[in-house]
Amino acid sequence: MTITVAGNKKEYEEGITLTALIDKEQIENAEYVTVTINDDFVDRDAFPTTVIKEGDVVEFLYFMGGGAR
Amino acid sequence: MSIVLKLKKSDYEKILAHCEQGLPNESCGLLAGTVEGEVKTVTKVYLLTNIDASNEHFSMDPKEQLAALKDARADGVSIIGNFHSHPESPSRPSEEDKRLAYDSTIEYLILSLQERENPVLRAFGIDQDKNVTVHEIDIIE
Repeated sequence: MTITVAGNKKEYEEGITLTALIDKEQIENAEYVTVTINDDFVDRDAFPTTVIKEGDVVEFLYFMGGGAR
Repeated sequence: MSIVLKLKKSDYEKILAHCEQGLPNESCGLLAGTVEGEVKTVTKVYLLTNIDASNEHFSMDPKEQLAALKDARADGVSIIGNFHSHPESPSRPSEEDKRLAYDSTIEYLILSLQERENPVLRAFGIDQDKNVTVHEIDIIE
């Protein structure tokens, strides 16, 4: 199936989970990445059970924050 | 490696105004642009909301982050850095800044407003081991 990952069209097998996709995409510091599928934010707890579907648009966002101390 | 960040004066002024208007809290935003070898050129600045509304912390609004990412991509560029202000401390990454720097490929800019009449903007690279490198900022007209 064809999906869009971070703006690029890619081929992945049917039934791939979000956790598996993150692994295959070799996302740096994946534990701190926020994910949207078709602009909807996905709860981290749901990553292993979220199945990517044909045509989905997946974006990875790093949490961006910090502090002065 | 000697990385240079090229930033238009008008974009610098935009960042400065956003951070001054955000006082006493920290302000933040994203930088879109291009990377050619060791030269990174900012083409657009996104002014984001600090959802922590704090003078000691910042967290970018993820929805605004996503919108900026998509806008940058539509322009054919990518997110090459972010910025935030330190209202009452120097322009250097704090321990929290380093700990929360998850993307080692981007520039981390910090604008110190500790001396209001003498704002200091510096750019840093922060690698996966949290080593900090100071990068040159070239303000261009």
